[in-house]
Amino acid sequence: MRGLERKDFILLAFVTAIALLAPIILNPFPADSPLAQFNAGYPDLMQRFAIYGIFAVGFNILFGLTGYLSFGHAAFLGIGSYAAVWMFKLLTMNVLPAVLLSVLLSGAFALIIGFISLRRSGIYFSILTLAFAQMSYALAYSVLTPITNGETGLQLSLNDPRVLDPVNTSGSLPFPSLFGIKMNAVAEIEALGRVYQFPAGYYFCAVIFLIAFYLSMRIFRSPFGLMLRAVKTNQTRMAYTGLNPRPYTLAAFVISGMYAGLAGGLLAAMDPLAGAERMQWTASGEVVLMTILGGVGTLLGPILGAGFIKYFENIFSKINDNVLHQWFSFLPDGMEDFVVTILHPFVGKGWHLTLGVLFMLVVIFLPGGLIEGFQRIGRLFRRRPKAGKDDPEHHPKPAPHVAE
Amino acid sequence: MDAILLQILNGLDKGSAYALIALGLTLIFGTLGVVNFAHGALFMIGAFCAVAMNRLLSLSFETIDPTRQDFLGNPLKVQTHYVEAWFGPEIGNAIVDWAVPVSLLLTVPIMVLVGFAMERGLIRFFYKRPHADQILVTFGLAIVIQEVIKYYFGANPIPTPAPSMFRGSFDFGVLIGFEPNAIIYPYWRLVYFCFAAVVIGAVFAFLQFTTFGMVVRAGMADRETVGLLGIDIDKRFTVMFGIAAAVAGVAGAMYAPINSPNYHMGMDFLVLSFVVVVVGGMGSLPGAVAAGFLLGVLEGIASMKEVIDLIPGINQVIIYLVAIVVLLTRPRGLMGRKGVMED
Repeated sequence: MRGLERKDFILLAFVTAIALLAPIILNPFPADSPLAQFNAGYPDLMQRFAIYGIFAVGFNILFGLTGYLSFGHAAFLGIGSYAAVWMFKLLTMNVLPAVLLSVLLSGAFALIIGFISLRRSGIYFSILTLAFAQMSYALAYSVLTPITNGETGLQLSLNDPRVLDPVNTSGSLPFPSLFGIKMNAVAEIEALGRVYQFPAGYYFCAVIFLIAFYLSMRIFRSPFGLMLRAVKTNQTRMAYTGLNPRPYTLAAFVISGMYAGLAGGLLAAMDPLAGAERMQWTASGEVVLMTILGGVGTLLGPILGAGFIKYFENIFSKINDNVLHQWFSFLPDGMEDFVVTILHPFVGKGWHLTLGVLFMLVVIFLPGGLIEGFQRIGRLFRRRPKAGKDDPEHHPKPAPHVAE
Repeated sequence: MDAILLQILNGLDKGSAYALIALGLTLIFGTLGVVNFAHGALFMIGAFCAVAMNRLLSLSFETIDPTRQDFLGNPLKVQTHYVEAWFGPEIGNAIVDWAVPVSLLLTVPIMVLVGFAMERGLIRFFYKRPHADQILVTFGLAIVIQEVIKYYFGANPIPTPAPSMFRGSFDFGVLIGFEPNAIIYPYWRLVYFCFAAVVIGAVFAFLQFTTFGMVVRAGMADRETVGLLGIDIDKRFTVMFGIAAAVAGVAGAMYAPINSPNYHMGMDFLVLSFVVVVVGGMGSLPGAVAAGFLLGVLEGIASMKEVIDLIPGINQVIIYLVAIVVLLTRPRGLMGRKGVMED
């Protein structure tokens, strides 16, 4: 099955099914029901799921496998976005060359930055990557303005050459497309009394996301992936066995940088503008949050984390006091106001507070993230293996202490 | 020459802030071995203590003065600060004017308490976990603190004036023999620099000349042996965490007039302070202070017009460049001990 074990194949099939049916699955509530605000099935959000899923999956290859915590991955996201927009400006509005260039360019940058940063490990590595990302951010804002268009952000304009495209006479800005299919095109299909929308842009992202996920799965299961795990477990021992860990970590860094660049390119393909704030270190922090929240070092975790954060970012920021009052209207008046006052800082604009608290709780109590949480819940329902079944003879006994 | 001197002076106040934050960071790392990503947030809490004090002292009540009239002909409503009513107009006005220095009275106890609460309530459980976990949990805490501050104080910077005595600038160049108007320097920055020097001196004196400080230094060198000697080193380290938090807090409170406090100033300073700590040498207190001033001054020099013309954008990246060079050539930092976090 394409070089996958049965379990992985099922997982891949599962993720594929969800990704392809997302416009249906994510719209469980009819548009006129009061719960419709919890629907996530609109194009913009679904694209974000897929794109940040790619970003997090790539980050996980570095952090999850090698244990190197990079605090500067947003730099590659930004580089990818700039590269893609330049491709749109100069060459063609077709998304493929744009995405390709963003992957290659961010890969090249990752090679340079990784080569330098990986000479150190632990917290030094985190700070080096952070320094590089902040440097790119500062430069993009100031000196590189001819390339990045500074604070305004890089945008398309009517005067762009676009050498491969026919001359644009419509007077309006073109939109990124894939061989004629516009990225903002939406196919509407009516079924079961509901209108379902199938956006082209989302499916483009989803297919790339699935390829990226498949690749990461292969990396996880490959000898190369094992090497990366060895780097995390014990670098010294690895060196003693005659293996140089650095090329492996560098490869992982470049791969994850390319994933980030791909995500950046896709972001630009869905909405052709690029700004320096994508490189800010809060953006790097976000991908760390996603990966940890979902579960570091697991295949599915980062995707879950990315989906979770992006979903609640959208939903929580929509909830205001009126909605809260509606929810808690069953409580007595005084109680209702009290509860709403308590919850007020956590919703609407206060979503980041919720995220921060949630993140702390996960780091403290669930270092394995949501995935570990699910596993624990699953274990509760499964029958416990009997402890007495183990053969006592074949267990290592604690050696008595010499002094005793 | 005078231009260089001016930029060095300009770098000093920022350098003082870096040095104070880095000092606290190093204290925490050296004693507890914890990488505290929430230290910038502590700096910010300090700055907002100044804001809160400023607002608290400006609380006023309204009286109607029947003898005077406003422009509409109604009796004039007069706002009187409570402190003026309590202490008389002159002393009261002076207190309102000196809100920022007065706020230190509030900042120190609050920060010590916050430090204790943080160490006992959260960080204590992370001693045995890897550095990455410590970074992550304190990063989460920093987000939470930042958002809480944003909720109560809003997202906009809040101007907090220095005492009127120290507003404005003076001609520093004349004092040291330059032509008039060559080096104009704001009073408050000089005050901040002196204040930072005093705080740094106090921390070092505390560590060097008191029994408590001696025990702490011994604990930094070899925690286990100190514990075996029957000293409750954990309790002292908690106190050190409180002190480190207080240092960051007063640094933030006094910085409020230079840079109006906003909710993300903590993060902005944190990134740079970490770079400072790494350049100075992880776990080396003099290194942190020296690197703080050094990088502040370098940043000042790099913002000179001549330098920017030579290498465009250098002022934005000089600190990071220095950090990269130092980490690659001398990983333990400028004054770091050999073998401390050197891999």
